[in-house]
Amino acid sequence: MIREINVNEVTECIKEMCIEANHFLSNDMDLKMREAVKEEESIVGKQILNQLQDNLKIAGEEMIPICQDTGMAVIFMEIGQNVHFIEGDLNEAINEGVRLGYQQGYLRKSVVKDPIERENTKDNTPAIIHYEIVSGDKVKITVEPKGFGSENMSRIFMLKPSDGIEGVKAAVITAVKDAGPNACPPMVIGVGIGGTFEKCALLAKKALVKDITKHSDIAYVKQLEIDLLREINQLGIGPGGLGGKMTALAVNVETYPTHIAGLPVAVNICCHVNRHIVKHI
Amino acid sequence: MDRQLKSPLSEKDVMDLRAGDYVYITGIIYTARDAAHKRMFEALENGEELPFDVKNNIIYYMGPSPEREGKVIGSAGPTTSSRMDKYTPSLLDLGLKGMIGKGKRNDSVKDAVVRNGAVYFAAVGGAGALLSKKIIKSTVIAYDDLGTEAIRELEVKEFPVIVVMDSLGNNLYENVVG
Repeated sequence: MIREINVNEVTECIKEMCIEANHFLSNDMDLKMREAVKEEESIVGKQILNQLQDNLKIAGEEMIPICQDTGMAVIFMEIGQNVHFIEGDLNEAINEGVRLGYQQGYLRKSVVKDPIERENTKDNTPAIIHYEIVSGDKVKITVEPKGFGSENMSRIFMLKPSDGIEGVKAAVITAVKDAGPNACPPMVIGVGIGGTFEKCALLAKKALVKDITKHSDIAYVKQLEIDLLREINQLGIGPGGLGGKMTALAVNVETYPTHIAGLPVAVNICCHVNRHIVKHI
Repeated sequence: MDRQLKSPLSEKDVMDLRAGDYVYITGIIYTARDAAHKRMFEALENGEELPFDVKNNIIYYMGPSPEREGKVIGSAGPTTSSRMDKYTPSLLDLGLKGMIGKGKRNDSVKDAVVRNGAVYFAAVGGAGALLSKKIIKSTVIAYDDLGTEAIRELEVKEFPVIVVMDSLGNNLYENVVG
């Protein structure tokens, strides 16, 4: 059976999601940020984490965005193959949702039309849209307004198969060390392993929007997530990069089959805001 | 230690600051980030005047979100400073005394900070809602067409920052991660 969905419904959803994600942390992030205050051992670190708690409170109560960098809107669309969109163009409907959300939500317009000429589009479009066709007749929308302080510190490494898991660990630690205070720690680290050059980067991005309180179902990947978080939190970078334990809140790893000759590793870094929100239609 | 500081800055006040000091700034500061720095740099190259006199002043690397009705400004936290490194030494040589941002700076900025007796502060990244409460007045004074990247004159009250790089070249981040 074909299920018809009016694209206006998509627009409305995305508008609301952009506004919500920029003012309220998702439950998993909220939990980890609260835990971080308790876990932090340095005085400066604790102080900064407490300021970030105050910041979240003000943001929600007064509807001031958590961070002024309200991001470039990254949208994942998982579309059931039995869905038929009607009453308009889906790409345009998604961008209209972003446009309305950023205008009506008093969010910052941070997108330039051309990477070299750099004229602001003044409505935060276009969004970065990733489509995936899945079975069924539902649509899952994930909105991730991505800030660039941390995006700029993200890396891709084309490792050799012989580098193995130790090579992967070294790559992630290098990226986090280099990011340091620039990426607004405590960070969330999304890691992609495998695939091709572009698939690997996308895996890392997807890793960031996963629930950060959960681990991978694959035993060695789960162990890798645990080991990496422990090692990262021994680097001493700490909240705000001013020293302390809580350099990262979580490490999420996604894997995919790859070529016999390769071991791509992508490290997508996010700050402590790590906005992500999911809705189903 | 905790210090109260008036802006524009005096030479003596800056000389007394040490990396790691908590500072609360009250007075006038100016915002400028990527696009505004590029334009100011081009103005200097063409022998034109800057939109404000940088002498003894502080530049805050910040582009706010739009303000709601009745508010002074939207979310207003620091952006990453290193993107301004290319332009910063020229401004310091013209008398700029302070910068507020977040993250590391390169060696030419460090040299210019020491050479000119200036200071680099960090504000807490990602605390834009909290920091907006410390801004009591905001006026766009130049490059209005740049939207969030326009130059704003801000009046701040006890705006909280930490000294990262002092006039002797001490660097708080280096002490942290080596």
